[in-house]
Amino acid sequence: MQITTLTLIIAAMAAGAFYFGRERSLSVASGPSRMQTLHSLPGYYGYYTAIWALLPAMGLLLAWNLIEPRVIVGLIVQGLPDAEQSMSPGELNLLINNIRNLANGDIVSGEVGTVLQDAAARYLEYANTGRWMLAVLTIGLATLCASLAWRRITPKFRARNHVERVISGLLIAASSIAILTTIGIVMSVLFEAIRFFREVPLSEFLFGLNWSPQTAIRADQVGSSGSFGAVPLFTGTLLITGIAMFIAVPVGLMTAIYLAEYSSARIRTITKPILEILAGIPTVVYGFFAALTVAPVVRRAGESMGFEVASESALAAGLVMGIMIIPLVSSLSDDAINSVPRAMRDGALALGSTRSETMTKVILPAALPGIVGGILLAVSRAIGETMIVVMAAGLSANLTANPLEAVTTVTVQIVTLLVGDQEFDSAKTLAAFALGLMLFLITLGLNVLGIYVVRKYREEYD
Amino acid sequence: MDRLQQSDNYRRMTAMKELTGMDEDKPEEPRVVDSSPAKMVSSKLAESTTESELSLTELSGRTVGDVRCADPFMIAENVNVYYGDNHAIQNVTLEFGKSQVIALIGPSGCGKSTFLRCLNRMNDSIESARITGTITLDGQDIYDKDLDPVALRARVGMVFQKPNPFPKSIYDNVAYGPRIHGLAADRADLDGIVHTSLERAGLLKEVKDRLDEPGTSLSGGQQQRLCIARTIAVDPEVILMDEPCSALDPIATARIEDLIDEISENYAIVIVTHSMQQAARVSRRVAYFHLGLLVEVDDTDRIFTNPQHKLTEDYVTGRIG
Ligand SMILES: Nc1ncnc2c1ncn2[C@@H]1O[C@H](COP(=O)(O)OP(=O)(O)O)[C@@H](O)[C@H]1O
Ligand SMILES: [Mg+2]
Repeated sequence: MQITTLTLIIAAMAAGAFYFGRERSLSVASGPSRMQTLHSLPGYYGYYTAIWALLPAMGLLLAWNLIEPRVIVGLIVQGLPDAEQSMSPGELNLLINNIRNLANGDIVSGEVGTVLQDAAARYLEYANTGRWMLAVLTIGLATLCASLAWRRITPKFRARNHVERVISGLLIAASSIAILTTIGIVMSVLFEAIRFFREVPLSEFLFGLNWSPQTAIRADQVGSSGSFGAVPLFTGTLLITGIAMFIAVPVGLMTAIYLAEYSSARIRTITKPILEILAGIPTVVYGFFAALTVAPVVRRAGESMGFEVASESALAAGLVMGIMIIPLVSSLSDDAINSVPRAMRDGALALGSTRSETMTKVILPAALPGIVGGILLAVSRAIGETMIVVMAAGLSANLTANPLEAVTTVTVQIVTLLVGDQEFDSAKTLAAFALGLMLFLITLGLNVLGIYVVRKYREEYD
Repeated sequence: MDRLQQSDNYRRMTAMKELTGMDEDKPEEPRVVDSSPAKMVSSKLAESTTESELSLTELSGRTVGDVRCADPFMIAENVNVYYGDNHAIQNVTLEFGKSQVIALIGPSGCGKSTFLRCLNRMNDSIESARITGTITLDGQDIYDKDLDPVALRARVGMVFQKPNPFPKSIYDNVAYGPRIHGLAADRADLDGIVHTSLERAGLLKEVKDRLDEPGTSLSGGQQQRLCIARTIAVDPEVILMDEPCSALDPIATARIEDLIDEISENYAIVIVTHSMQQAARVSRRVAYFHLGLLVEVDDTDRIFTNPQHKLTEDYVTGRIG
């Protein structure tokens, strides 16, 4: 029996259990005012029975599917002739794969011997028995649990409390998925990074000025041993982020000030959606805008003034990234400005302040923590931004502060390290995890700081 | 919303007619029994105003009592305020004397704040508000095109319902006005202004050792006195107060009332209040507003002991409002 069919059957059983549970609650409650004698509404008794039909059976189904393949493999290995049993783990793995493929009718590598055919037949047999066992067990469990639950139904039974506890448990489980995933990702990045730092000392990674991650793939190959000084990457990231913020902060802030204080309601209703469109443009579009439109313009302009401009200059990437971030800065600043109470504004105006005095002397200082928090979030967004710089920034890790030269960023290097055929445990590949870890720590720090600042400021007025 | 506003307007119109006796010379129509709320109100008003209708038509068209005063410093003449279609202030004429406290009273939503905000053009920042009529300050039309509302607000200060110190130090709160208007020549001068203002607001003793602490660290009553100090520091001629004590406890309220009493020599003060006791304690004159109309103005003791208008009487004795 297929898993889908089984799931459907159990779902149908749960629906039935709901009906019977509800009916039973109505029949055990007696008398003219029978609704009053019941602790919970009849529906809760239905849900209670349905939950007992559903959850244990689904749990069993899940557990079975996790364990079954291992059990079958174990059984098959035991049944293999001694010669095969003493193979190395790698070869054994290959053999088992072949057995599985043969059983499923897929292509098998190597010739099909009797041992293989034998094992495949047994594999099919085990799998078949397993499925039937599973079907019987789950349906049996569902019936058993549901009927036990059904028998517990009395007028005094607190079905609602039970159901609510289960629901809150489900909600907790759902929310912990995100948390567990995050922890899992961090852990895997951390462990790979630790492997990297076993090959390359942490001090070289943090303070080395030279980044050229080419390592020899074969022992006899002529090539560099690779050097992993991440400083040029971080300065490159910093340079591009700096240029981006240099554009985004003033423009975004002034936009916010204009929208919050000076514009008419009509202009606001037009401008806000346009800013949102700007925020909704995919970064890959910004990326080729930067590479194909802005970079040549920057280059031509620079050359006409007598500067030497790299065709993938930090300036072009930074400019476009700045434009991308404007909506983020302006909407966060707008929030900050708008959450300054109206009373502040009125107070300043009533003392005879002009609009700009009100803005610069009262509202901006009051909104400053919120604005700073917003800018920190924007910086962390810029540092983590990948697509624009992959397309518009260079690949050469120059240690320079000149915006007209090509620089590379952490995210660009992570992409280039992992694109293409790689040996997975080479220092080159592992370096991507180390970079990722650093990037994660930096943006995490900025986000925490930004959120902390924003929140601290919110409390002041609420 | 529209319908609400309509019925509101209708009520106002009817109320105005009743108050001004406009439909007095209409031929008697048989009263149709109608249970619509608007009619109910109008007939109630008619009942309650019969006594004083005569005096209403005799005096200044609409307002009972004396809207004029001996030495007028600020004069509002036929002021109307519209918020979109909502006629919030209807043809109000009122004079404000120097060194005199006048209290504006009336039920919520009758337009007291709206009228108050006309006097320093705070309504300018409300897009839907439209104002007609003239208001003069010391003979000068404050709605004149050439007049800078910023300069006006330095002469006509305002204290709000909720204390609203800036998120700055106590010192900077008071120094804010003098700084933007360039009133102090140097730091010593500014220190002097800050100290005198805090002194006159009765706050100096409590805060003189903590001028660097944020204004928001003070108690509600202290914050409100800080706001008064901040207003005084600009050296205005008129001070408008919109329910300055409604967010304060009785003790803080009493202190503010004493303060108003002390400073009233030097300023024309217009105070909106919901408390009859407060109006009685601090004001020389009282103006009673009802649904956007100025019903009655008179000396404080006359308003409270011998109101001429039935609506005023009902309000001050607690029957409406
Ligand atoms: N900013 C505004 N926009 C539109 N209508 C307003 C505004 N402020 C007040 N109003 C209306 O004007 C009328 C008078 O309000 P207000 O002056 O605040 O009364 P009061 O201060 O006496 O309680 C009310 O009907 C109110 O709804
Ligand atoms: Mg008000």
